[in-house]
Amino acid sequence: MIDRIPSGFHPFVIPFLVGMAFVLLYCGFALLRIIHQLSWQDRKKFFLSLITPTTIYKNIRDIFANCLLHIPLWKRNKLFGYMHSSIAFGWFMLIVLGHLEVILFVPGRINLFYYPIFFNYFVAEADETIRGSLLFFLMDFFLLIVMSGIAMAMFRRIKNHVFGVKRMARPTFLNLVGLYSLWAIFPLRWLAESFTAHISGGSFMTIPANWLFRQFLGNELNMLPTWWAYSFALCIFMCVLPFTRYMHIPAEMLLIPMRNAGLKVRNSRKGFAKVEVFACPNCGVCIDACPMTVDNGNVKDCTVYLTRQLRRNNEERIQEISDKCLLCGKCEALCQVGVEGPGLRILERARRDYAVPFTYPATDKAIESRKVLYFAGCMTHLTPSIGRSVEAILKKAGVDFTWLDPQGGLCCGRPMFTAGRIAEAKSIVANMERLILESGCDTLLVSCPICYKMFRENYNLPGVQVTNYIPFINELIDSHKIRVEKSDICYVYHDPCELGRGCGMYNEPRQLLGRSAGIAESAHNREESICCGGSLGSLSLDFAQRENMTKAALNDLYTSNADAVATACPLCLATFARYADRPVKDIAEIVNNQII
Amino acid sequence: MIDFGFTLSKSSTVDLTTLDRSRYDQLIKLVPTARMCMNCGSCGATCTVGEYKGMSVRKVLYGIQRGEDVKAMLSSCMLCGKCTMVCPRGINTRNLILNLCKIYD
Repeated sequence: MIDRIPSGFHPFVIPFLVGMAFVLLYCGFALLRIIHQLSWQDRKKFFLSLITPTTIYKNIRDIFANCLLHIPLWKRNKLFGYMHSSIAFGWFMLIVLGHLEVILFVPGRINLFYYPIFFNYFVAEADETIRGSLLFFLMDFFLLIVMSGIAMAMFRRIKNHVFGVKRMARPTFLNLVGLYSLWAIFPLRWLAESFTAHISGGSFMTIPANWLFRQFLGNELNMLPTWWAYSFALCIFMCVLPFTRYMHIPAEMLLIPMRNAGLKVRNSRKGFAKVEVFACPNCGVCIDACPMTVDNGNVKDCTVYLTRQLRRNNEERIQEISDKCLLCGKCEALCQVGVEGPGLRILERARRDYAVPFTYPATDKAIESRKVLYFAGCMTHLTPSIGRSVEAILKKAGVDFTWLDPQGGLCCGRPMFTAGRIAEAKSIVANMERLILESGCDTLLVSCPICYKMFRENYNLPGVQVTNYIPFINELIDSHKIRVEKSDICYVYHDPCELGRGCGMYNEPRQLLGRSAGIAESAHNREESICCGGSLGSLSLDFAQRENMTKAALNDLYTSNADAVATACPLCLATFARYADRPVKDIAEIVNNQII
Repeated sequence: MIDFGFTLSKSSTVDLTTLDRSRYDQLIKLVPTARMCMNCGSCGATCTVGEYKGMSVRKVLYGIQRGEDVKAMLSSCMLCGKCTMVCPRGINTRNLILNLCKIYD
């Protein structure tokens, strides 16, 4: 092993050093700025988590699993998993092995930043020993892995559907510059190492290439230009990185420890939210996931474009995108990075000023004191069959109950909350809390998942158990208070957004439905369930614009060939019933009809 | 006067000289579907706070077309969305109310 350049320097390393210095400085300043923007409680929490052994372990594990090996992506899509982990993990191994080579063979040069990257240029006869040839073999092996990933990425640009993805976010000009320079880095590295292989030595990728090039190209002349090109490719990639989607690489490494520290998005433009926005890799999974993009409409209103516009501070578009969203939460459920699309939008809505203040329409109606207080909610009052069925079931089971909202009643505050009027929603919550606590009940029974989510997350009701009607009815059947027989109608169950993704309740409704009827599954269910399109989450979507979304969701449910549709949300029921070609029923109605 | 058990309602002649329709025009730009209202009153009939505060989107729309003050009604809306669900003309009433709350000063 000979360190063949005595000075250990060649001008071609300068572009690489410039790029590296730029990206490190940029990320360093960004990190300081983000930490500065955190509230002091959050900052304390974050720093404490960095010295707590359990979170340190969790951070390392998650960074390895998510950023390098892309394990969640493997679980979703094998081809994508391979493509991303080959590039990320392969590149990581090239850097690690490069450092190992320097430490083992030229330990005096380890303080030179660029040595591991351009190792092959600076050494000669490095593969003469077993150790050297093994390392060179590994280097070639990981280079091959990375290049296979790059080849897949190139193929994907032409034939996207092979990967099971229909639509991608449109790349910006800088994203393309970043993409092409990233694609160029590894083939250039292979060429540069191949042209140098007769001096430095090489392995199965570089030595045959060196031999081949010697036949018609010659190696000596091409050696330096390709090293220069390799260095320039690295420089371009690193210089555009902060302004492209590739910023997700450093941002995700910050996002994971911050999330593990328990930080929450509090301001859509600062601190943790900024990390989430930069961690968006622009993969476009949210485009195919979004129920609004049916027939290629509203594509530019998906979360990927929200993060893009947030990075650009394009106020007009940010407002448009945040107002349109149905807040169904599917983009968040499928996002590999965990960008909270709906949460960011609610916070964006919260930034608006309203000239007319909200005053709570006070009520002094006293509620009878009973064990169970049934809250039907606004939407159930529009679909009273649900309320009547729940009432009938409770009566048949002999439950001591009364209605919280017998005549129209009050709102839980969730629509106000999703409209971004957080303080106003809190005043509704405070009044409702008082009403519920004064009634002296011990169980609050809710049949609307929209209200249920609100009660679960935003209410403080000491001594009162908040329960959804589905587990409650299941419980009634388990304790033999009511008995149901199975009908021969087969239902397909539609997971309402707020109950499924919102509250994580997927199995209980299926258990209850399975007890009273046949059950079938549609193509997209559970966390991939498609929003009915009726969601109150959207502020600006007009009724007419939602028709296609509802029809698309219904068509997905029809893939199950079921006789009827079952759901557990009054809003889904009302929305589907308008366009469905078969009966749509709420689980409570189905159960009530099957009680014996 | 003879008491018939009912009276005529107070005259509310529209005075075009003082009519201020600027807010209505502003609203139409933001929520074009507001123009489709046919005053059927479904929104008011289903309104959660209608019972307590007399809120009705129909009255709000009618009011601002005639330059009346509808702030009290607007401020009681809880945005529950029932009026949007029942509107036979498909007017996005929630968006209408939110936008009015913004432009009303």
